[in-house]
Amino acid sequence: MSDDTDLLLRRILTDVLGLKQNQAAEFDADTGLFGHLPELDSMAVAGLLTEIEDRLDIVIDDDEIDGDMLETYGALLAFAEAKREKA
Amino acid sequence: MVEEYALVFDRAREKRLLIVPALFDEGNRLRRFTVEVMRRLDGAGVDVFLPDYPGTNESLQPLPTQEPDDWADAMTAAGLEFGATHVLGIRGGCLFTPSALPSLHYAPVKAASLLRQMLRARILSSREIGREETREGLMALGLALGIELAGYQLGAEFVRQFDTLTPREGVAQIAQDTVGGSGLWLRAEPSESAEQADALAAAVAMALA
Repeated sequence: MSDDTDLLLRRILTDVLGLKQNQAAEFDADTGLFGHLPELDSMAVAGLLTEIEDRLDIVIDDDEIDGDMLETYGALLAFAEAKREKA
Repeated sequence: MVEEYALVFDRAREKRLLIVPALFDEGNRLRRFTVEVMRRLDGAGVDVFLPDYPGTNESLQPLPTQEPDDWADAMTAAGLEFGATHVLGIRGGCLFTPSALPSLHYAPVKAASLLRQMLRARILSSREIGREETREGLMALGLALGIELAGYQLGAEFVRQFDTLTPREGVAQIAQDTVGGSGLWLRAEPSESAEQADALAAAVAMALA
């Protein structure tokens, strides 16, 4: 069921970061997120995580959130996929 | 009645729309979009009024002493002051639309969702400076002493009452699907979209026709 996680996650990042169409398609596992994109401050990350919860139908506990999972696109995707497998 | 600032397009026309704006950081991110929608409605022959909530933006009142009822009262008073015939709530603004006026709700949201997101943002920013906070701990603090969230100093009574607010039922809704694209309140930085402003203004104008 998590085959579309990658696609959905790219769409969410497009919406939150206001990216141009297809810009998120260029993200690879090493693309830096939190700490690399100045617009991605704590408020924006909170919004991003809430959108991920809503659209991927998962619940993210606050103590699961750490710098590593938000560091790169690959880390965030791995986190989201693992959550969906458990859901 | 304390005077509050409002942005108005008033040419004494028949249709007079009060806009109850989005809240807190969403309000900041949607301000420009809201004004763009107002310009379009003005062009379509509708008078439009955008008040501030007491204690926010240009208001001279202190925010920490505000309660949700004060905001609802202020929006009702603004509707009367401007002789509004209709009201449009935007996002969290849908929690405060006066029930006496025919209403439209654009992308309404529960107060608990807004609060949850602001608490999460605070937890994240605290963690960045090495301070561990929990949602439960922050809510307890907020209910006891008040709390600063997203740069807004909210009083304890505000937090207590706000947490349970939901948009009124039975109000006509304009969903984001109607407006197209993704909601601008999601954007990490304030943004605008001429297409979305066109679409929301058109949906509102049709509802008022």
